[in-house]
Amino acid sequence: MDGNLNALTTIFTEFYYWVTVVFMFLIHVGFCMYEVGASRHRNHMHTLMKNIMIIPLVTVTFFFFGWWIYWAFPDFPFFGGLNQDLAPANLPWSETMGTNLADRITGVFWAAFLLFSWTAASIVSGAVIERIRSSALWVHAVLIGSVFWIIDAAWGWHYAGWMVRELGYHDAYASGVIHAIAGGYALGVIMVLGPRIGKFAPDGTPRDIPPHNPWMLTIGIFLIYSGFWGFYAACNVPLISPEVIGGEIVGTTWTATNIYLAPTSLSAITFNFLMSLSGGLMAAYVVSKGDAFWTFSGGLAGIITASAGNDLYHPIQAMLVGAVGVVIVYKLHYWVERKFKLDDAVGAVAVHGYSGVVGLIIAGFLLWGVPSSPFEGYAAINPIGQTVGAFIMFFVLGWLPAFIVSKMQAAAGVLRIPEEVELQGLDYAEHHAYEDAKAEIIAADKAALAGQ
Amino acid sequence: MSTIGYESWAVDLADVGPVYPFQGSEVLMVILGVAFWIGWHRIQFVREGKHLEEAKHMGDEEKIHKILEKY
Repeated sequence: MDGNLNALTTIFTEFYYWVTVVFMFLIHVGFCMYEVGASRHRNHMHTLMKNIMIIPLVTVTFFFFGWWIYWAFPDFPFFGGLNQDLAPANLPWSETMGTNLADRITGVFWAAFLLFSWTAASIVSGAVIERIRSSALWVHAVLIGSVFWIIDAAWGWHYAGWMVRELGYHDAYASGVIHAIAGGYALGVIMVLGPRIGKFAPDGTPRDIPPHNPWMLTIGIFLIYSGFWGFYAACNVPLISPEVIGGEIVGTTWTATNIYLAPTSLSAITFNFLMSLSGGLMAAYVVSKGDAFWTFSGGLAGIITASAGNDLYHPIQAMLVGAVGVVIVYKLHYWVERKFKLDDAVGAVAVHGYSGVVGLIIAGFLLWGVPSSPFEGYAAINPIGQTVGAFIMFFVLGWLPAFIVSKMQAAAGVLRIPEEVELQGLDYAEHHAYEDAKAEIIAADKAALAGQ
Repeated sequence: MSTIGYESWAVDLADVGPVYPFQGSEVLMVILGVAFWIGWHRIQFVREGKHLEEAKHMGDEEKIHKILEKY
């Protein structure tokens, strides 16, 4: 840092990302509560542990190779190969990947991306509760959290990503790069995993499996909203001078930018976050006929649908986009469930995947011709680029690897828990041990009392 | 042609104001937004009325007594 102004900007940016990361932690807390609330009592400790262990596994793998992928792959594989300028500084043995007073940003920026990685993995986790082996889910968590989502981030969320440059792909708050890919990935897994026992009647009619704790589920979704708001801030660069953006923006006015370094503001995204949440809630209430859980999830789906363009939409546009997305997503969820007999326990494929895809396509029309980034020569936002981008996110990087890996796991007999265990519940052994230990200590206490 | 009026970010931000799509249509957007809001109340009101009417005839006296005692 040379000069106090640079020092101030650097330390402000360091602090800004650190705060967003702490807020984003609430997303994972929310997912844990939501999943535990949604699962039946006999599975809740297993469900919780399945989601908690995503944290260390994705964190260490994201340190070892996930972060490097983001910096190495923006051109890969079609437009210039590995990026040798940016990638080396982000290898796990680089000096900037450790305590280093000459670089105060890498750690907090890394952590902001890492929290997105947890989220991607956790979205998949919700769809597969009560029947997947933890070992199988944790392999998927590493794959989506530290490989596939970060490849899509390098392609479509890096300021120099080939999809941004060539397709005009624009996805400021991750309709596609987090949600479409995670929803597509979840779909790939549940297609192979199969439904929970009893989910479908013998004639194929889907049955509702109610949550064991609706209150926990409600608090969970509110925590996800809170963390998602922090996520929005984490997607921005808080303060930057035009000369740092390669002189692409003229004049001397400093600004906040989106991930592509195009100007936006916290004011804009605060308007749009809250209006899209509201549009989603209102539309979900109507379309679900007042179903509480779909209404809550609809708020999330509304934000996700509007996220691709929420750096630029007018707040009323954000509200209407959120509302339209939710109606499509809700209808699609039940159509897919009935038609293909797929059991998505928390509606993750719909709320994240379909919303992400719909949001990307809508943004292609509403922002047609808008420069995605400030860099000269980049394609402008357009419906074809957004649709191709949605396909890459949902199917190519999400659904396809999930389906292939799940097929391999299923063939090896390591994807799904045995039927007997599914019926008795994954917590049976722990409960049994708990009850035995409790009975033993009560008996010991009684014996001590009798001996007095 | 860009929906926000800018085809490049090579501009002086000191001169930039609104950047949302379809500037000039704010009144129309507000009308649409208000219609969405009012329409929501209308749909919710009608549905709730129908639901309450149906629910009125569903109550079993014995079950209602049990519910009251559960408090």
